[in-house]
Amino acid sequence: MSTLLQEMSEKALKLNIPLSVQLDLTYRCNERCVHCYLDHDDHGEMTTAEIKHLLDEMADAGVFILTLSGGEIFLRKDFFDLLEHARRLMFCVKLKTNAVLIREREAARLRDLGVESIQISIYSHRPEVHDAITLIPGSLKRSLDAIRFLKSQGLKVIIANVLMTQNRHDYPGVRALAAELGVECTLDPTITPMMDGNRSVLELAVDQGTLRQVFRDAALVGDVDEFCAIPAKPDESELDSTPCSAGHTACYVSPYGEVFPCVQFPLPTGNVRQTRFVDIWRHSDQMNEVRSIRLKDLTTCTSCTHVGTCTRCPGLAFMEGNMRGPSTQDCEKSFAKTGVPSANMLAKKAAAGNRENTNLGHVNLVQIRALPSLASATA
Amino acid sequence: MSRLYMARNPRVAARSLDGEMMIMSGRDSTLFTLNKTATILWQSADGTTPLDEIVEHRICVEFEVEPAEALQDAETLARELASHEILQISEQPILLRNPGIGESRAEGSTTVESTTGESRARESRAGESR
Repeated sequence: MSTLLQEMSEKALKLNIPLSVQLDLTYRCNERCVHCYLDHDDHGEMTTAEIKHLLDEMADAGVFILTLSGGEIFLRKDFFDLLEHARRLMFCVKLKTNAVLIREREAARLRDLGVESIQISIYSHRPEVHDAITLIPGSLKRSLDAIRFLKSQGLKVIIANVLMTQNRHDYPGVRALAAELGVECTLDPTITPMMDGNRSVLELAVDQGTLRQVFRDAALVGDVDEFCAIPAKPDESELDSTPCSAGHTACYVSPYGEVFPCVQFPLPTGNVRQTRFVDIWRHSDQMNEVRSIRLKDLTTCTSCTHVGTCTRCPGLAFMEGNMRGPSTQDCEKSFAKTGVPSANMLAKKAAAGNRENTNLGHVNLVQIRALPSLASATA
Repeated sequence: MSRLYMARNPRVAARSLDGEMMIMSGRDSTLFTLNKTATILWQSADGTTPLDEIVEHRICVEFEVEPAEALQDAETLARELASHEILQISEQPILLRNPGIGESRAEGSTTVESTTGESRARESRAGESR
C-alpha cells in the first residue's frame, strides 16, 4: 500500500469511515469454477434502484474505493447503468470479472467511465488447464482476448491467479503471459470454503511442498531470506493492533443487500434493504464486535511465534468456528514460509497425542497391521 | 487580461475525508490529497465560474489575503492541478456534456506543464491492499 493511501486508511480508521467496499452485483456466473465458494442462483438480487440508492448512501458514508464483483458482473443487464451512477458519485471503481463478455465496445465504455482497474481471473496459460477449472471450453481465449481489448483502451488490468492443485505448476507460465500482455499479476493460494459452510473445496488447496516452493520463488517474494525469516517477537503496540481491515475500514455487501465485514467473513451484520448502510456500519453489534478484536485477544494465536507477521484471516477463522481463533490455511502458510509450526498446529498435535495416550489402555501397544495385498497395492 | 476557467476532470475519483479531499488520478492511479486552498479550487471548478471570481468570493473570504496575490497563487495551483490531470483549465468556459463521467469535452481546454512552484498536492502511487 502506498504511504499516502496508508495515511488515509489510518485517518479513516480513526474516524470510523468505510473507505473501501466490495459490492457483489450478482452471484450468477457464466463459468463454473471448481473452487468457487458461491452458488450461482439468483435468490432475489437488489434491483437497479436499490443498488443506486445504496451507492448514494455509500458515497455519503465516505466510501472511496468501490470494488464491483460477483458472480459475473456483466451478467447484470443494468451493469453499465450502475457503473455510470457509481462514477457520477466519483467512486474509485475497481472491477473483478472473468471478462468473457468484454469485447471492444465494452472495453471502450469502461475507459469512458474512468474505471481504475479490472481484475481478471486467469488460472493457467494452458487452455486445457484453465478451461478445466472454469468448466467452460474456450474461456481462456475469451478472457485473453478481453485483456487485449482492455489494454488497447489504456486500461489497467490485473491478472488474478488462484493457486490450487490443478494449476500448481502453471503460475510461472501465467506470470510470463502477464508480462507479455503488459499487465500486473497476483498469485493467491487461498481457497475459501463455500458460503453454505461446505468445506469440500478446501481439498483443492495446494500442499505444503507447493507452498514452500512458491514462498521461495524470488520472482514472487523478492528477498527469500527476509520473506521466510522467523519473525521477531512482537512488541506491545503490535499486539494492540487490529488483525485486518475487515470491519475497520472495509466491508462487503452481497447482491441481496446483506452487509458483512468482508467477502471472506460471512458474519451477517445487517441488510441495507432494512437499515441504512451507515447505520449498519456504525451501530451493528456484530460489526462492533469484530472491531473490538486486537491481536492480544486472539485465542491460541497470541502465544504463536507468527502472531506479528501471520496473514491470519479472521473470516476464515470464523468459518472454522471462532473469529478470535486461528485460520488453519494461514497457519500452513506461516509454516511453509519459516518451517516453524504455528501454536495452532502444535496444539492440534498435542491434542492428537493426548487422544492416543488416553487410548493406550484400550489398544495393543504394538500394533501389527496386515500388509496390503499385492492387488490393492498395485491398484 | 484573459480569464481562466476550471472544470473537474471527470476521469478522476474523489472523496472528502474529514474535509481533506482525496483524488485518484484517472491517468495512472496516483493518489493525491488536496490542501484547503486546492480543495476550494476543486469544489468550485464548475467550468463556468472564472478563477478570479472564485478567488474573490471563496479564497479571499476564507483566508483574508490580498486578491492580486491570491489570484497569482491560485493560478499557479490550478495549472499544477491541471498538469496532474486533476483539473481541466481553459481561457473559455468549459462545457461538461455529461458531468461526473469521462465523456466531458472542454472547449479549448488544455493541460499545461507543471509549474516550478511549491507543490500543494501531495501525491503517491496507489497500491493494492487486500
